[in-house]
Amino acid sequence: MACEAWRDKLDAFVDGELSPNAQQEFDAHLRGCASCAKDIASRMQLKTAVKRAAALRYAPSVEFRRKIEKEALPRKRNPRAVLIWAPAFAAAAVLLLVVVWMARRPAVTPEMAMLGEVVDMHVTALASANPVDVVSTDQHTVKPWFEGKLPFAVNLPDLTNSPFTLLGGRVAYLDQTPGAGLLFQYRKHQLSVFIFQERAEWAKMSAKETPQRHASFWVETWSASGLRYFVVGDTSDANVEQLANLMKGAAGAE
Amino acid sequence: MQEGESFAELALPLFDSLYNFACWLAQDRVEAEDLVQETYAKALGGFRSFEPGTNFRAWIFRILRNTFLNSRTGLAATRTVALEEDEGNEAAFARVTEETPESILLKQMNQGAVRDAIEKLPIPFREVLLLADMEEMAYREIAETLGIPAGTVMSRLARARKLLRENLREKVVRT
Ligand SMILES: [Zn+2]
Repeated sequence: MACEAWRDKLDAFVDGELSPNAQQEFDAHLRGCASCAKDIASRMQLKTAVKRAAALRYAPSVEFRRKIEKEALPRKRNPRAVLIWAPAFAAAAVLLLVVVWMARRPAVTPEMAMLGEVVDMHVTALASANPVDVVSTDQHTVKPWFEGKLPFAVNLPDLTNSPFTLLGGRVAYLDQTPGAGLLFQYRKHQLSVFIFQERAEWAKMSAKETPQRHASFWVETWSASGLRYFVVGDTSDANVEQLANLMKGAAGAE
Repeated sequence: MQEGESFAELALPLFDSLYNFACWLAQDRVEAEDLVQETYAKALGGFRSFEPGTNFRAWIFRILRNTFLNSRTGLAATRTVALEEDEGNEAAFARVTEETPESILLKQMNQGAVRDAIEKLPIPFREVLLLADMEEMAYREIAETLGIPAGTVMSRLARARKLLRENLREKVVRT
């Protein structure tokens, strides 16, 4: 399908509202169309920016929370609770509910926000006319290129017997902190690897040792030797995991 | 219905989101507290009419939103907005011009600027944008919450985003 046919589906794509078939078709179109890819990237960025700016903007006071709790958990006014729960059980259940509720994490976890940002970086790279600053399929060219630009060494895997090809690298930024952005080719697809220094707030993140679905991408992230790795791709979870394993091997070899 | 689906269990986890959304609509904390309190009272009172298995989030957001629209602030805020749903689909779906992609715009401004731009949106656009991007509701769910057809959700959302981009651009030009 030509661009024109996709024009009114850009928002639906970004909002994940296309049918799986249409989503796939659009994915395929995006790979060959820099103009649509750029538009999609900017729409994704806008959506993420709105979410970041708006979610959890206003937090209720503790007093107000208590007040609503009391009103939403009436022991006498809610006939359902009285009928089903014995009073002692009801009190215990209510207490548990309140504890769980107070401890529960906000709707937008830092983890989701961060994975969103990583996917954005990948999409932006794909949409860019110059996705890498050092263009080379040779790990021995790309590795030293990062020296002096980053506060850590970038170890790259030997891809000789793998289905992946290195396309190059660039310095990527996450909250103004520099890290390594690497681009790999797998058949007609491109995958990104990002490496940053580990942060305290990430260390608390649940380990995502297997790829997770985020938007229409797969992301795997892990931490090793004070560095945080992200692998992003739209091919399949198996590819992402395979590249992740190669990266883990390279880091371990050092 | 099982006891696991009691009113409290369904409604309390949405408290933070409802309060945040109420603040975004009313732009006033005291009023937002009144709105949320009234919403919980109405929802609890009408809980028997809620059909188990249907979308509770859309149901209670709808109560909140209708309560707001019938409040003084809500009536004042929506009276002045002409929606013109069918107007200029072409314009609504206009592509981002390559000279000023959001990436550049968004890099130049902080979260505060994005918040201001959202606040400037008229209520019908602000609410559809926040439900889609902040609450990450599906179009179907938004349609249920706002009581409008899914097609209208799409066109209104497209216009909301277009207005937001314009608000952001204006900011960049001014600063
Ligand atoms: Zn295209």
